[in-house]
Formats: sequence, structure tokens, C-alpha cells
Amino acid sequence: MVIMTTVEQHIDHILIPILDQVSDPEIPVLSIMEMGVVRSAVIENNVVKVEITPTYSGCPAMDVIGDDIKKVLLEAGFQSEVDLILAPAWTTDWITAKGRKALEDYGIAAPLKVDADKEALLGGKKLVKCTNCGSQNTKLVSQFGSTACKALFKCEDCQEPFDYFKCLK
Amino acid sequence: MNKEHLYKYILGIADNSLILGQRLGELCGHGPNLETDIAGTNISLDLFGQSRSYYQYAAKLIGNGATEDSIAMLRNEREYINVLLVEQPNTDFAYTMARQFLFDVYHLLMLQELQKSHDVTLAAIANKSIKEVSYHLRFSSDWVKRLGDGTEESHQKMQDAIDGLWTYTDELFHQTDADKAMVAEGAGVDVKELKDSYYSKVTKVLAEATLETPESKWFQKGGKNGVHTEHLGYLLSDLQYMQRTFPNMEW
Repeated sequence: MVIMTTVEQHIDHILIPILDQVSDPEIPVLSIMEMGVVRSAVIENNVVKVEITPTYSGCPAMDVIGDDIKKVLLEAGFQSEVDLILAPAWTTDWITAKGRKALEDYGIAAPLKVDADKEALLGGKKLVKCTNCGSQNTKLVSQFGSTACKALFKCEDCQEPFDYFKCLK
Repeated sequence: MNKEHLYKYILGIADNSLILGQRLGELCGHGPNLETDIAGTNISLDLFGQSRSYYQYAAKLIGNGATEDSIAMLRNEREYINVLLVEQPNTDFAYTMARQFLFDVYHLLMLQELQKSHDVTLAAIANKSIKEVSYHLRFSSDWVKRLGDGTEESHQKMQDAIDGLWTYTDELFHQTDADKAMVAEGAGVDVKELKDSYYSKVTKVLAEATLETPESKWFQKGGKNGVHTEHLGYLLSDLQYMQRTFPNMEW
């Protein structure tokens, strides 16, 4: 993969359903389209050029996502090139409404707005809703969770621990 | 732009992230409790990710078959130009958090300037990393305060750690030839300009943590010129083991 920088986002509509089959290997319910990591995908002379952006710099899923994209495109009859771009930097605002719902259904609380996120993570405010019972009586267990993008919470009502997808903006 | 200066400049930034990432990685499975263990490795992962972006850029720049792996893994000790602070060992948890805090304050200030660089790749990596490093700083500041303003024993341990590591802070603001050349091009950060802001931010957190800001004016230096403390060699023998044992293996 080559590092490049870009500002536009352009995705050929023919490619959307194909790319939608690829999911984040660490969050299998979320497709890369819903996560907003695909920044452009165009067909040039029957070769698909895809640009993806990492959620976090060290996200180990990016190499796998790149390989998976090439695989599904090949199955659809396209050769492809996948580039990793860094600018503009990914933000949790790019997760779609459908993506947020998929996260919640999977047991990961979707990111709050940036101010609320700070209050929940730093100020100890009870703002993150339990994905199991819906209670807001929750407590931060750890600022870092099972992957770089998540923090660990616990519900004080149903006692279930759950992940919270941190706001990144 | 002088390629050699740009290359050296990139390595200066990348090596700090790589070496500190490796130090934190050593804690994997050895953190004082599960949450701090996970936090240490998460921060380590962010730093490795950032250093990969820098090394990939550096490899492209020099060509000649260089890769991110050959640059990260196959240099000798004297060719690493990280600051001495980041190679200091995980003496105890207070030391580990103090080292993290003293670096995070600098790291964030530096990246805030680097994102204005005329070099679009450096600016993009900086812009990406800032979001991660802000979070690191929150975490390490929290621990400095929690231990400093904690029990008598935790207070003493954190004060000892700050006192012990203080001697490595001044080097962060030394300019190398590559730094000067890059600043002149509008592509690099003038680290001298960050110094006042750095010490005032550090002092503020230390005060909140009920800790004394050390008054010593005697500082260590050398890392930026490849002259390291005895700790780096041991770290590198761990870091480079796989690459030297199985040449050309990939991350």
C-alpha cells in the first residue's frame, strides 16, 4: 500500500453493493461502507482503484480489509488496486446511521457527540447507554478496550460489561 | 528540499514512536491490572501505527529497496535517533506513566505544529496522530495525578519517577541539523519554540498532582545524535530478533 493524501470522496455506485460485503474483521457486523473507511472507488480501464483510510493509525484490520476488498472485487470480475490514504483523517462522524444501529445491536454502544463523549470518559457522567438493558446507569471501567477504538463500560443495573465506541473527531 | 535532511527528520519523529511503542509493548501481560495492561498495549499500537506511516514515507523517499521493515528493524544502535527519554526502562508503573506523560505533552505540542507543515504527507500523519495522542495525554495525566495525589507511597513513587526522568526532558527541544533545514523549508517544527509551553503545561499537571517540579538544571542529551543510554541495546535485541532471525519477514 502507498500512502497518499486526498480530500474528495467518490464512490462509483456499481461498486457500492460489492464493497458493502466487506466488513471490519474485528467488528464483523459493520461493513466498511457503513464505517466510512472507503473514501473513493472508481473504475478506470476495468481496474478498480479503491482508497481506504484507517480508523486508528495502528489498526491491524487495515491490511486484512485491503485483501478482502481485492477478493470481493475479483469475484465480481474486477482487478483492483487499494491505497491507504491518511487525509482527511477518519472520524466517527462517518459511521452511517445504519452502521450505528448495527454496532448497538452487536453490543457496542455507538459514539456520543464529542462533548458528551468527553464528559462520559473523563468527567464520570452517566451518558453511555447500556447495550444490553438500555439503562444509562453505567460506569467507565477502562478508557481503553479490546481494540484501540473502544472503551470498556459496565452497566450498574444489569451488571453487564460492554464496549463503547469512542468518539474520534 | 534536501532529501537527506527530510529522511533524517522523518526518522527523528518515527524513532521516538517506535521505541516508546516497544517499551509499552513489553508491558503486555505484565501491567499492574487488566485495564492498564490493555491501555499500555493500545497506546503502543497507536505509536507503532504512526511510526509505520513515517517509515513507509521514508522508505519511498530513499528508494533503493528500502522498506518500512528494513528501516525500523535493521539499523544499528547508533543509527537510531530517538530521544533518551523514550528508551528508559519500565522501572515501575509510576516510572512508566511519568515517562509517558513527559513525552505525551511534547508529542501533542509537536504534532499540533507539524500538521501545518508544507510537506503534505507529514501534515497528514500529524493530523491523524493528534486525535490518538490527545487521548494518550489524558490517560497519562490522569495517572500522574492519581498516583501523585494518592497515598504517601504512590506520591513518593511518582515524585521519584518525575525526578529521575527530568534530566531527559531538555533534549526534546534540541535542534538537529535536519530540524534546522526543515524549519527553514517550512516543513519542520521549531522545537525550541515549544519549550516554554511544554514546561508550563507539565508544571500545571504536577501542581494538580501535589508534586514538586524538579529544579535541577542538569540535563542529559545524545539520543538525537545516536548516542544512547545503555538501555537501548537491550531493547533493540528484543525488537530486532524476529527480523534478524527470519530476514525479510513482514509485519
